[in-house]
Amino acid sequence: MKTAADVFTIIAMLAGLFFFVAGTVGLLRFPDTYTRLHALTKADNLGLGMVVVGLLPQAGNIVVALKLIVVWLLVMLTSSDVSQLIARAARRQEKRS
Amino acid sequence: MISAISVGIGILLLALALWTVVVRDTFAAVAGFIPYGLLLTLAWLVLRAVDVALTEAAIGAGLTGALLIRAASRLHPTETAAQAETPGLATRVAAGVAATAVAVVIALCLLRLPDPAPTLAPEVARHIQATGVGNPITAVLLSFRAIDTLLEAIVLLFGVVGVWSLAPDRCWGGRPGLAQAVGPNDILVYLARVLPPIGVVIGIYIFWVGADHPGGKFQGATVIAAMWLLVMMSGLRDAPPVSRRWLRAVLILGPAVFIALGLLGAVMAGAFLAYPDGWAKLWIIIIEAALLPSLAVTLVLLLIGPPQRPEVSP
Repeated sequence: MKTAADVFTIIAMLAGLFFFVAGTVGLLRFPDTYTRLHALTKADNLGLGMVVVGLLPQAGNIVVALKLIVVWLLVMLTSSDVSQLIARAARRQEKRS
Repeated sequence: MISAISVGIGILLLALALWTVVVRDTFAAVAGFIPYGLLLTLAWLVLRAVDVALTEAAIGAGLTGALLIRAASRLHPTETAAQAETPGLATRVAAGVAATAVAVVIALCLLRLPDPAPTLAPEVARHIQATGVGNPITAVLLSFRAIDTLLEAIVLLFGVVGVWSLAPDRCWGGRPGLAQAVGPNDILVYLARVLPPIGVVIGIYIFWVGADHPGGKFQGATVIAAMWLLVMMSGLRDAPPVSRRWLRAVLILGPAVFIALGLLGAVMAGAFLAYPDGWAKLWIIIIEAALLPSLAVTLVLLLIGPPQRPEVSP
């Protein structure tokens, strides 16, 4: 049982890390602000989500597990809003120039 | 494994610090300083100083970062003129010598530290029972070294006075910051409606667990301050004019309660800021609860800047 949980954690964390690496590569390689934001939100939402899912079996008690999920939900809420704000600011700057 | 992480964080910290100092553009320097603060948070976590890590993340990276971004955007119009000026050779040599001397002195001090380093931790562990709190950091901040915390709160208050004193005469007593014009269906308005209820609960939670776990009034106040700033930035509620009496009352509430209980301690327990036997926990909670709103309002007012709009009489 313990081993199964550990294997699950490792697989989920690796998946999360993959999304973070992919998001970082996208941030460095993509040509403009909008596509870079697109890459970043993948890292934030899916990457952090997989890391949180991977940590759940290791949390030990339900309160810690719930806190982890709340952290993920809050990051999703704020990162999606912030990326929209950045995209709008970028568009305004483009219009002006 | 841990040492590999430590070395990685150390290298990144040095690189970011170098970038922040060397880069010419002010905004780029600020953009380097904020991740520097977040990395420092990780460094404190590796050292298992969770309280310091929380403070660094909230105050060092978050609040100071926001302050610096504001400062950088204010300096933007004069930046090209400032960059065109090159200091003379003598000035540069003097600055280099002075900076090197300071670095050498600090390095010598670090290298000559006795091993093991002098520590008061066993003393704190021995006497923590008397304070009634379980988190040694809180015990130090509000009992053993309460005078430091009191002075910190007062220094922040002076900071607000300093910021206000930058107001032009016609705006004195008016509203700080510029008026925000944001559409009612804006995403910022949505965020400012959804996030603050959650943020305020989290802020109070961080404050409350500070008695026994990492956390406390400073970190909690920063979260609450951020929520209020969000509401102001979205234009849902305007900033209050600095002449409002309730605003000033909240500002001085924390330090005033702190000083009053300190004087009461002088009468009841024989020394300023001493707590009578058995009352320590209750007094600490009262002081922390009074400091929380004061600190939150202080941080908001520090960030939002001096009054910029004269108050229109209704």
